[in-house]
Amino acid sequence: MSNKITLDANEAVARVAYRVNEVIAIYPITPSSGMGEFADAWSAQNIKNIWGTVPLVAEMQSEGGAAGAVHGALQTGSLTTTFTASQGLLLMIPNMFKIAGELTSTVFHVTARTIATHALSIFGDHSDIMAARATGFAFLGSRSVQEAHDFALISTRATLNSRIPFIHFFDGFRTSHEVNKIDILSEETMVSMIDEDAVIRHRSRSLSPDRPVLRGTAQNPDVFFQARESANSFYDNCPDIVQEAMDKFAKLTGRQYHLFDYFGSPDAERVIIVMGSGAETAEETAKYLINKGEKVGIITVHLFRPFSVKHLMQALPAPVKSIAVLDRTKESGSSGEPLLQDIISALFEGKTLGIAPFEQIPTVIGGRFGLSSKEFTPAMVKAVYDELKKSKPKNHFTIGINDDVTHTSLSYDPRFSIADPNTKRCVFFGLGSDGTVGANKNSIKIIGEETEFGAQGYFVYDSKKSGSVTISHLRFGPGEMRAPYQIGVGEANFVACHQFSFLERLDVLKYAEENAVFLLNSTYGPDDVWNHLPQETQKQIIEKKLKFYVIDAYEVAQKTGMGGRVNTIMQTCFFAISGVLPREEAIERIKYSIEKTYGKRGEAVVQRNFEAVDHTLANLAEVKVPKAVSSEFKRRDSVSANAPKFVKNVLGPILAYEGDDIPVSAFPTDGTFPTATSQYEKRNISLEMPVWDSEICIQCGKCVFVCPHAVIRMKVYDDHYLVDAPATFKSLDAKFKGVPGNKFTIQVSPEDCTGCALCVEACPAKNKTQAGLKAINMADQPPIRDAESLNWEYFMSIPDVDRNDLETTTVKNSQLLRPLFEFSGACAGCGETPYIKLLSQLFGDRTILANATGCSSIYGGNLPTTPWAVDENGRGPAWSNSLFEDNAEFGLGMRLTVDRQTEFAHELVMRLTDKIGEDLVSELLNADQSTDAGINAQRARVVELKKRLAKEKDRDSKQLLSLAEFLVKKTVWIMGGDGWAYDIGYGGLDHVLASGRNINVLVLDTEVYSNTGGQASKSTPRAAVAKFASNGKSLPKKDLGMIAMAYGYIYVAKVAMGANDAQTLKAFKEAEAYNGPSLIIAYSHCIAHGIDMRKGMEQQKLAVLSGIWPIYRYNPELVALGQNPLVIDSKDPSIPVQDYAYNETRYRMLVQSDEQRAEKLMIDAKNDVRKRWELYKQMADIEYKAANGNKEQK
Amino acid sequence: MTSLSTNYLKLKLKNPLIASASPLSKKLDNIKRLEDAGIAAVVMYSLFEEQITHESNALDYFLNRGTESFAEALTYFPEMDNYNIGPDNYLELITKIKSHIEIPIIGSLNGVSSGGWVEYAKKIEQAGADALELNIYYIPTETKISSGELEIAQIELVSDVRSKISIPLAVKLSPYYSALPNFAERLVNSGANSLVLFNRFYQPDIDINTLEVNPSLELSNSYDLRLPLRWVAILYDRIKADLALTSGVHNEQDVIKAMMAGANVVEMASELIENGPKRIPEILQGIENWLVEYEYKSIDQMRGSMSHKSVSEPAAFERANYMKALQTFDNRLP
Repeated sequence: MSNKITLDANEAVARVAYRVNEVIAIYPITPSSGMGEFADAWSAQNIKNIWGTVPLVAEMQSEGGAAGAVHGALQTGSLTTTFTASQGLLLMIPNMFKIAGELTSTVFHVTARTIATHALSIFGDHSDIMAARATGFAFLGSRSVQEAHDFALISTRATLNSRIPFIHFFDGFRTSHEVNKIDILSEETMVSMIDEDAVIRHRSRSLSPDRPVLRGTAQNPDVFFQARESANSFYDNCPDIVQEAMDKFAKLTGRQYHLFDYFGSPDAERVIIVMGSGAETAEETAKYLINKGEKVGIITVHLFRPFSVKHLMQALPAPVKSIAVLDRTKESGSSGEPLLQDIISALFEGKTLGIAPFEQIPTVIGGRFGLSSKEFTPAMVKAVYDELKKSKPKNHFTIGINDDVTHTSLSYDPRFSIADPNTKRCVFFGLGSDGTVGANKNSIKIIGEETEFGAQGYFVYDSKKSGSVTISHLRFGPGEMRAPYQIGVGEANFVACHQFSFLERLDVLKYAEENAVFLLNSTYGPDDVWNHLPQETQKQIIEKKLKFYVIDAYEVAQKTGMGGRVNTIMQTCFFAISGVLPREEAIERIKYSIEKTYGKRGEAVVQRNFEAVDHTLANLAEVKVPKAVSSEFKRRDSVSANAPKFVKNVLGPILAYEGDDIPVSAFPTDGTFPTATSQYEKRNISLEMPVWDSEICIQCGKCVFVCPHAVIRMKVYDDHYLVDAPATFKSLDAKFKGVPGNKFTIQVSPEDCTGCALCVEACPAKNKTQAGLKAINMADQPPIRDAESLNWEYFMSIPDVDRNDLETTTVKNSQLLRPLFEFSGACAGCGETPYIKLLSQLFGDRTILANATGCSSIYGGNLPTTPWAVDENGRGPAWSNSLFEDNAEFGLGMRLTVDRQTEFAHELVMRLTDKIGEDLVSELLNADQSTDAGINAQRARVVELKKRLAKEKDRDSKQLLSLAEFLVKKTVWIMGGDGWAYDIGYGGLDHVLASGRNINVLVLDTEVYSNTGGQASKSTPRAAVAKFASNGKSLPKKDLGMIAMAYGYIYVAKVAMGANDAQTLKAFKEAEAYNGPSLIIAYSHCIAHGIDMRKGMEQQKLAVLSGIWPIYRYNPELVALGQNPLVIDSKDPSIPVQDYAYNETRYRMLVQSDEQRAEKLMIDAKNDVRKRWELYKQMADIEYKAANGNKEQK
Repeated sequence: MTSLSTNYLKLKLKNPLIASASPLSKKLDNIKRLEDAGIAAVVMYSLFEEQITHESNALDYFLNRGTESFAEALTYFPEMDNYNIGPDNYLELITKIKSHIEIPIIGSLNGVSSGGWVEYAKKIEQAGADALELNIYYIPTETKISSGELEIAQIELVSDVRSKISIPLAVKLSPYYSALPNFAERLVNSGANSLVLFNRFYQPDIDINTLEVNPSLELSNSYDLRLPLRWVAILYDRIKADLALTSGVHNEQDVIKAMMAGANVVEMASELIENGPKRIPEILQGIENWLVEYEYKSIDQMRGSMSHKSVSEPAAFERANYMKALQTFDNRLP
């Protein structure tokens, strides 16, 4: 029986780690989350480990917490593991030193990922591994899915036998997320590899009151050093123990590994030394070059720590003359990256000890490659080998980029390819929501498991959460697919474009080789598709002699009830055209895979997919390709014509998927980017958009308020602006008191709208003759796109309302303020962004913002463009993201600056009274800045101040000029999700709130870790299913608001704009006005709730009505007035909790999977609601005495 | 000693009270209480074709949505072992009930057209149901589909279900047919052993403040009995099938009326939902008292005694509008 399975490395590793451990402490972090998710799901399903017991999986509040829990579980004798990456690994470092210092056996499985520096990156390199290398852990690196699976077991044996704890690492995404066909380890192999005696020895070292010991002492200068050296022999022995594990493994499986694996000609003169997936690319390239007669070799470093000079010397070929050491990391300011330094040191030591195979120490150069999953291709490997031929090869080089500043980069020929002619290489462009990636994962499984072929899949995603583009790279063919890099330009023999609209903005055919097949999903049939293709596409089809097929998958999907999911249809076409399996068999396998994937979801889903498969082939047709280009249009530019230079030259190519070609010189050196750039990226992702019916409109502003993408705006203006307005520009007589202007318009930006329809749902005005219509209704976008774009452009040219004249206490007035957060890549219908937008409208021109890592930092700050914008004066939120865990402290630091600099500026103003003039000094120091008008008046004073000091040369004047902006009020907002506020950042948040400083905290509470795919946080409510709470969360949601209220001096508000927008507005204004710490907890409906996103605001309302989300404001200032600080803004719960909860998949799926448990948890959840409500009511009913001792006057 | 026993769907029932399909039968405990209170049989809550399809599609939609689009969140929910979509829970419940309950259990299937889901009928039989009630409902909104076409589709559905099972089959209908007796006869010819008159629909209401349509189901009252009473009386002895009357049965008088009109049994839900199983012994006692008082030997004795064929003035069942009282005459008489 075949033991080959096609899966990704996260699953491959988890399958081993789960089976050889008893306790698993987890915390989500990309790209390692998958391992924890598998472990949690298996534990929930009572799947047992090799000792026949179910491992205990515990989610912690941070990786630091996970490491602590691992440490404790280890000290008490459990076989324990964890999974992490990047910042997570950094948080584990303190414990790692302890665990290693105590010689404790464990393996941490790490998907190696970039550490955030000038920017965060979720992708793969070794900067995290290298940052942890001093901990005393052993480091064992895998370079492929198979190795990751194997090394998960080898490292476990080795740690138990050596007592040295291990990091087993493999490349984030490139390996962790690559789907490949591997030999799966059997139960027997796992049992054989684990030395039971070593397990028992591990337990015997545990802490037990029955045989008490003391571990973790404090030591003094007299002994610490000696004690530290006492463990040396364990490190000395470790490499041989690892090799023994590898040898034993080889006997059991036939796969032999070494600490340093050499591949190459025995007479190799040029050798590359490298770790991780890059080694596989290097090896495949070396193989190719050796066949061409080159004398090259490559050493894969598997065991990086403890570093064994002996084993390296044994691996090196004697004739070696020059070595290139490739590091997938950058250590700024070092004399060389870590692996390079180790190799140089080892070569010298080997030579000194007389164990080196070479006569003369070879020339060694070091180079950096592959940072943040930058592609590392055979062409780059070849360039490195070529460099080694030179008499003076470049040291400290980079490969894969164009460094036109410090000229570190080696040039390479991107056309160099080692692609095997027997391998099929297929590239698929899909839309995130169309299921392309899922279908391709199934296809590669089908090929891997139903044919003798090797099979590999790798999937590239963009940074948007709505309308995102996916690119799937599939390889299959005889032998193993050892190519951990994407299919290159001109290398694909099959290119599929699953969305027709991509052709107008992306160069999908650059991947196609000559005579390749091109499959296009097109509403145009084979006879008329040609002239709907851009010129560039036509040209490539003709020049590359492509075989061109079309299918109207949209139509097949519509007819078979598949909606927008064209995946099975396109998959069927792929199998039909590629001929990898006979057609009938392929269809049978697709259906089998549909059954396997969707069977659990019910017969209807399976049947619908079957129907789609059955209707596909009749609609697939080959296009007769004309001989000449005849199209009248070209691809669109990626950014608008009016974009600034930087946007055009840097962000534009990134948007066009050409970011790899941008040279170093184009980039800011410190990660600083301009804001207000999303306006130039017209994504045009929705086929529907809201259209304003001015006849029905009551000018309430609710549609503008809820729009998550700030694509609906309203303005009040003078009618003279209508003179030049476009013909279809709509307006009404304005009904706003005290707002200058007599006309009113609501305008939608067609090319920025995501079509979520939250606005339509929020609109309270119904058409009196047709109640189904409102004052804003969804309509087909394409027919009105151009006209509405013109209208939008004109609308934006009308001046915004003067903030000085605007009273913003009402929802309708507040929506005349310009949003300074617009067109983000958040999910269509996002529940977080409307709050952020409101913040930006009310206070954006004076806000400094600390944003915790998470959804909001990604749609707010992931390149290419940012939604943070500026007003007509160029003012807007200044945004920064530090980390996930430290955001409150980061924001507090900002406040400290504001407080200090403001005070200093005041001191300077006083010192400089003679130069400034007494009147102005008095006005500057005593300005009332509680309103926009007051702030703007102060801004004018600062302008005057600067004018008066402009020519002054003294130190104080210069100082004041640089600080004068602090004389104008600044607002510090600290923003993040519940994962941050309730879990990883809670300690810091608590401290910052307790500090008493004037900071404002906005918690966008989605009740799960949304950004990493819906893991439970302490905010997750009871009875809801989430990852890491697969059986439904059994404990109630943490009451963060109550904890904060306990301080008595923190302004606390709980809001849900869908339930009460006026309360939300009031809370934001009060929080900002409160001269102390403020906390707003905002109900944010989320895609991870499994709701109809269009009904997001309705769900918010139901949450409040059911009592599960009571809304309130706790204003400490009321106490001084003799009033109770707590005002509950919601009414007594009036609907059952389940009427809210069971609209959401997160609750429903528990009913479906375990009805009894769901019922029990729902009863408990209702009790939670009742008890909390009673408590709140009592708190709100307490009588307070005013400062004068009198009771509150009601 | 009077006898309340009756035959229905080839089952010998101890009395004519059956609990009709309602949420009451969702739990074994409830059914047990009904049995203890003296109910003769229970119709299970309905397995809805539409609901199963919808749940399956909805689950698929929500589990798929947003997946495989963004590198950090390739999915948003854990993969569960099982979602119990489809009839499995329902079937398991029938099996469980059958092992704990003595009285007959009638499965209930709700659908509108033939299709793969009809297989559920077979599964309900296999799970141990003593009979099956097929609930046909359809609200036509298409102007292009004629009543004839709809009837044919429904007849096919009944034939189809009949061919899948060997247990007795009841068909529950709505009152909205142009020629109910003809249609009823065709249903019986297609294999229906009983007709259940009538299904009650959720009826829409309009909220004039929110301008929204709110469908809801109000509990019945005794007045609702009138409609099925008429049609039971008309169909009695005209079709070769049992008749069950449902809608508006709340007390012993209602039951007696139903029996007199020609019903073999009554199915009740609203009364049980509102006032609990304790109403069962009260109603049974009431019937018994009435039988004794009016000297009926058994409930069978009165069956059909007031049917359209049996009464002296059948026109009373046919009259649909107020007419001035007409002078009656019999033209057979000289």
